[in-house]
Parts: sequence; structure tokens; C-alpha cells
Amino acid sequence: MSYIEVKNVTIKYDNDTAEPFLALSDVSLNIERGEFICLLGASGCGKTTLLNALAGFEKVTSGSITIDGEPVTKPCINRITIFQNYGLLPWRTVESNVALGLEVLKVSENEQKTRISAALETVGLTKFAQNRPNQLSGGMKQRVAIARALVVNPDIIFMDEPFGALDAITRMKLQEDVRKLCVKEKKTIIFVTHDIEEAVYLSDRIVVLTPNPGRLKGIINISMPQANRERTSTDFIRAREKVFDIFNMGNVDTIEYYI
Amino acid sequence: MKKHLKTIKRVTISFVSALVLWQVLCMTLGINENLLPGPLQAWRAFVELCTVGLQGSTSGATLLTHIGDSMWRFVIGYLTSTIVGVSLGLLLGQSQRAFGYVNPVIQVIRPIAPIAWLPFIVLIIGIGDLPAIIIIFIAGFFTVLLSTVSAVKKIDKVYLKVSENFGLTRWQRLSKIVFPAAFPAIASSLHIALGTCWIFLVSGEMVGSQTGLGFLVMDAKNCLRADALIAVIITIGIIGFILDVLVSAFEHKVKELWGLGINE
Repeated sequence: MSYIEVKNVTIKYDNDTAEPFLALSDVSLNIERGEFICLLGASGCGKTTLLNALAGFEKVTSGSITIDGEPVTKPCINRITIFQNYGLLPWRTVESNVALGLEVLKVSENEQKTRISAALETVGLTKFAQNRPNQLSGGMKQRVAIARALVVNPDIIFMDEPFGALDAITRMKLQEDVRKLCVKEKKTIIFVTHDIEEAVYLSDRIVVLTPNPGRLKGIINISMPQANRERTSTDFIRAREKVFDIFNMGNVDTIEYYI
Repeated sequence: MKKHLKTIKRVTISFVSALVLWQVLCMTLGINENLLPGPLQAWRAFVELCTVGLQGSTSGATLLTHIGDSMWRFVIGYLTSTIVGVSLGLLLGQSQRAFGYVNPVIQVIRPIAPIAWLPFIVLIIGIGDLPAIIIIFIAGFFTVLLSTVSAVKKIDKVYLKVSENFGLTRWQRLSKIVFPAAFPAIASSLHIALGTCWIFLVSGEMVGSQTGLGFLVMDAKNCLRADALIAVIITIGIIGFILDVLVSAFEHKVKELWGLGINE
């Protein structure tokens, strides 16, 4: 049995129009512990819907999602979601933003301090502990959000287009940081993106989704080692080509696995 | 510093012009100065009110005593209306359903001038401090309540998702997320309510009490003392202005602390 099992998941939205909107149609997927999975696709392909369902923010219409054998019913502190617009609390300092989860877990003051400073060091923001979010750049804000997630030591981190609002150079820097983190921390990471390069750079496997209705188009294995990836290497370009291929194949509904 | 000097200059010119205009109007219109007193008579009346109190009045209290009485009622009325308004607003803002039931009645009661309740209040409670306090309460309550409800509804959904994700309890969500997230908007409504409350304090005291600035207005009218009347009116204006400046500073500070102000 896999760590995360998505079985025939369909999600429909009832709006006021006659036809309910089909956001996800019959998606099945298995994810192992410690994997870095990218959900890749154009807007409207249901990748964020799938992430929200995995994180427990969204109910499935039919099918099932289990994590570690338990069905997902609501979000929990062992699985932290990182949002595109950061979700930092502007009235708290960086330090106390990071503290949020620890306050809920009723961690002692002293331990909070140690864990917060460790988390801030991991994301390289030690100097900014006393700043407020609005004094930071977008990239730094997202680092705070990452620190806030890491500090509660979650099993899974969900990332919903976390670098979507950042400029290209900052984005590349953060991608590198996240990849290093993932090597170091060995977390299971599910990452939503519409950026092919980002997906290839980060993933162990890329799950490609296509819109109208959102369905799973294929899964691509990226065989490059996580510890050593170069954007300019031939392996990288070859992996990217595989993704291009899958998008150019037109409307074939069969699911194909590339290994 | 330069900006401050500019402000001081403008404020001075503004007030001096108003005084000059007032004086010119008095001289040109030729209305009996007992009916339309000039700035100088008003000033003399002000000094009289401050030192010995209104001559010929039933109450011998000085202006300061009246201000003290008014301020006390104001503080009590304003604080209760904001505390009750914010608390109820936070609860109703989180429950669409409850608000759906309560809102229609609020919308009918809200447009009624608070002072319209006064006959009732005086008949049931009698005169004294309480009628004015209740009027102030009604005047501030709906503004604060409805602003708080709408502020809570408008909270960025991502904060609520974060709260859900980190497993905050209902109380933690209220105190750590909902209240602080809504607070800048609440602070704006506290500002607006302050002005409204001050206005209705005077109305409340005109009928419901035997002391205070509102009572003093009626007292001056009954003594046919237009000069004292104007002195009291201006006093009311100045105190209202000072209160507004104070609460503006508070609001500004909140926005700065909340990371909404310009932080350079």
C-alpha cells in the first residue's frame, strides 16, 4: 500500500448553472513517502483542486484519498500547505509568524525559541526575525511561510504555486533552496505549478493534468538525482522534452507512463 | 518639521478667518447683539462659564464640571457600545446564518435617530446619567456592529485556511486570526462611531439630564443667553475635534502596527 493513495477521485462544483462544473474527473495516483511530486498543467486543469483535496480543504465528490491508510477529512498540522500569496499574518513579526504552529502545539517558550531560530536559519532569515512581513520582499515572505511550515515538523508539505508571484531570478533561487531542503529534510512534498522547467527541476515524478475536465494525462519519472541537478545539463533538457511531448500529444485519453 | 509648520499656519489662518468673518457678519447684519453675539461677547461668556458658571441658572456648576459630567457619560457610553458592538460583530461575522436572522431587524432599527428613543428611556428610567449614556450607546452601537461584521466577512480567506491548517481552536482562531485581521477596519469604525457618539451625547443631555454640555445648551437658551450658548457650542466643537485627533492617532498607530501604513 502506498503512503498517499488517490483512488478514482472526481470533484464537481454545483454552481447555479444547470451543469455542475467538473473540476477533476476520475484521477488515480499513488505517492510514496519522501517523494517530491509536481502537479503540472495549464490553468483550469484541476491541479490546485487536487492539492486542496489532498490537503483536506476540499471534499471529493466521489472516490477516495487516504494518507498512511487514513482517509483525508480535514487539514491537519502534520501536513502544511504553503500558498502562492504566502498567508503570513501582517500584524505579527517574522518570528511570531513562525511561532503560530508552535503556539497551537503548546510548545514551551524555550523550545519555541530554539525551534524558531533553527527554522529561520534554515531559510536564511535569522537577521529578519523582528521584521514585519510587509518589510520583506516576495521571496523572503515565501521563505517565512516555509519556515512556519518546517518548524512544526510536518510529514507532508503541500505547495500551491508558491513561487507564482515571484520574479524569474528569485524563483530560481527559491527552487534551488527548496530542492536542497528536500534533500536535507526528507519530507514528502506535493508541489503545484504550471511552469514546466520548475517541475522538471524539482520533481521525482511529474503528474501531468489536462483541463476540461481536469484529468490525469500522464506521469513522468525524472531520473536525475535530487542532490545534483543542473538546468543546462543534457539530462535536464531530455527530461524537459518528455514533458513537452506529453503536452503535444493532442487529445489521447489513455494514460501513459514514461520510465 | 516643515510639514508641521505648514499645518500650524493653515490651522491658524483658518480659525482667524472664521473669527473675522463672524465679527464682520455681526457688524454688517445689524442684528441685536443679544441675539447674535460677536466673538468678544462669546469669549466673555466663556470666561464667566469657566469661573463662576452661568449667571441666573438653576445650577451653579462651572463649565469644567459640566464637561466632566459629559465626558464621564461619553466614556461609559462609547466604551460599552464599542465593546458590545465589536464582540457581537465578531460572533455574527463568523456565522452567516445567525447574521441572516439578525440583520433584517438591525436594518429597521438602525435608521431611527437614537434620540427618538429618548421619551421611552426618560419615562422608564427617569432623568440623570443613564438616558444620555443609552443614547450614546445606540448612536455608536450599529456603526461598530455592522462594520465589524463586514470586516470579519472580508478577511482574506488565506488566513482562515492557515488557521484551519495549523489546527487553531475556535477561540484561538478568534483571538489570533479573526480579531487582528479585522482590527484595522474595526479601528476605522471606532473612529466614525466616536464622532457620532459625541454628536448624540449633546442631544441626549439636552432632554435627559440636569448637567453636562447638552444641558448647558438648554440652560443658556432658557436664560436667554445667546453669548453663553455660542460659547458652549464652540466648546462642544473643540472637544469633539480633540477627541477626533486622538482617535485618528490611534487608528494611524494601529495601521502602522498591522503593517498597513507606510513603513520606511
